[in-house]
Amino acid sequence: MADFPGTDALLDHLENSLRQEIVRRGIQDPVMIGIHSGGAWIAELLHARLGIREPLGKLDITFYRDDFSQIGMNPQVRASHLPFRVEGRDILLIDDVFYTGRTIRAALNEIFDYGRPSQIVLGVLLERDGRQIPLRPDCVGGMLDLPLGQRIKLTGPDPLALSIHANGT
Amino acid sequence: MTATDLQLDERGRLRHFLSIEGLSRELLVSIMDAAESFSSVTEQTVKKVPLLRGKTIVNLFFETSTRTRTTFELAAKRLSADVLNVNIATSATTKGESLLDTIRNIEAMHVDMFVVRHAQSGASHFIARHVAPHISVINAGDGRHAHPTQAMLDVYTIRKHKPDFQQLTVAIVGDILHSRVARSEIHALRILGVREIRAVGPRTLIPSDIGRMGVNIHHDLDSGLKDVDVVIMLRLQRERMSGGFIPSAHEYYACFGLTASRLALAKADAIVMHPGPINRGVEMDSKVADGCQSVILQQVTHGIAIRMAVLSMAMRLDTRMETP
Repeated sequence: MADFPGTDALLDHLENSLRQEIVRRGIQDPVMIGIHSGGAWIAELLHARLGIREPLGKLDITFYRDDFSQIGMNPQVRASHLPFRVEGRDILLIDDVFYTGRTIRAALNEIFDYGRPSQIVLGVLLERDGRQIPLRPDCVGGMLDLPLGQRIKLTGPDPLALSIHANGT
Repeated sequence: MTATDLQLDERGRLRHFLSIEGLSRELLVSIMDAAESFSSVTEQTVKKVPLLRGKTIVNLFFETSTRTRTTFELAAKRLSADVLNVNIATSATTKGESLLDTIRNIEAMHVDMFVVRHAQSGASHFIARHVAPHISVINAGDGRHAHPTQAMLDVYTIRKHKPDFQQLTVAIVGDILHSRVARSEIHALRILGVREIRAVGPRTLIPSDIGRMGVNIHHDLDSGLKDVDVVIMLRLQRERMSGGFIPSAHEYYACFGLTASRLALAKADAIVMHPGPINRGVEMDSKVADGCQSVILQQVTHGIAIRMAVLSMAMRLDTRMETP
């Protein structure tokens, strides 16, 4: 395991990137959704920094994972809660690490079961190589090349810290 | 092989769900926690999640049921499973086919799970011992033996209102002798550490050995209700009564019917439950059934979330892909 410093800098960069994207797309009144658990921690901070009017939504994508038939039910699953109507809204979707894209696919499927948003902007603290489906984030705090067999873990929420682990540790 | 051995796999996960007896507190809590998570599905515009997409669940009801069958069906559909309702009253079993032959034939249709209700105690256990290894069996009520999902939805309803089980006194009132619900509830409440469980009813409807399950027996409703936190009323199962267990429904109501004045003996914030269907004016007064302390309709709603939890936790994994 190795420490991966700089979450503050990554968060600043992600915030700036989101601000630019909001201006570029002409978004007036966005809502924000964080993906449980790391994405929700980051979303809590960004939600305050960006001064978003409506409360933060949180998604646990367990029920939408594509590997249920292999790994079964995770008993630690939490209820998703979107305290606003999704229909026609501009959504900032936040996660900690973008890797294969499967988590985001599951999150998009879940969001669309709540309604049809106008648009979704995906922001992630860190993007690493290894996409398995044709999705990618709109805004990133930073990029990282990691060999296969290693994974990044975000611990938090206070303090937020990224670390690198070998798979299975 | 005991029900517990049959119910859990080598990693302690649900394999079948046949009986509450022998399960751990942790497992019961995890079923309730999963149900809590599933409750958010009803907030969605599309009220379903894709968890069991491609799986086929067979409702195999050898006894009539409305509430249990429909909530199992709705739970399965909210998990995106395909549901097959086999109406046994019009099926080949009435033409002389054996239970095992019926099971083998439905297995041959590549199904993944049986939800079984049967008038014979132990029927689900029997089926679980004989089904193909990839099929799970859920007990939706077997004779007088067990109705584990009803017990789970009842303790889940209690937890919603009174989360600290160790502080609770629970009265189970009525026809405990014929009630598979009561038996499963007593096991669940004991496992969750409820302080006191009371079995309340006439001598003819309380099994003589029920004290061995760790309950206190009351043959007087007033003393049974005194200072309780939860009142669980049971249906008089007259279809299972072959003799004179009660003089008349009228007299039963006079002695054991729950009225507002009797409910006043319980704690002021006590909740009233009933697994349904209610016989109004026999087990309870309509003013109580529809009153502010009644959580009877919440039980029905919670039944869907609990059954979603049990169906998803007991569904067999794809062993060809399972990680070690």
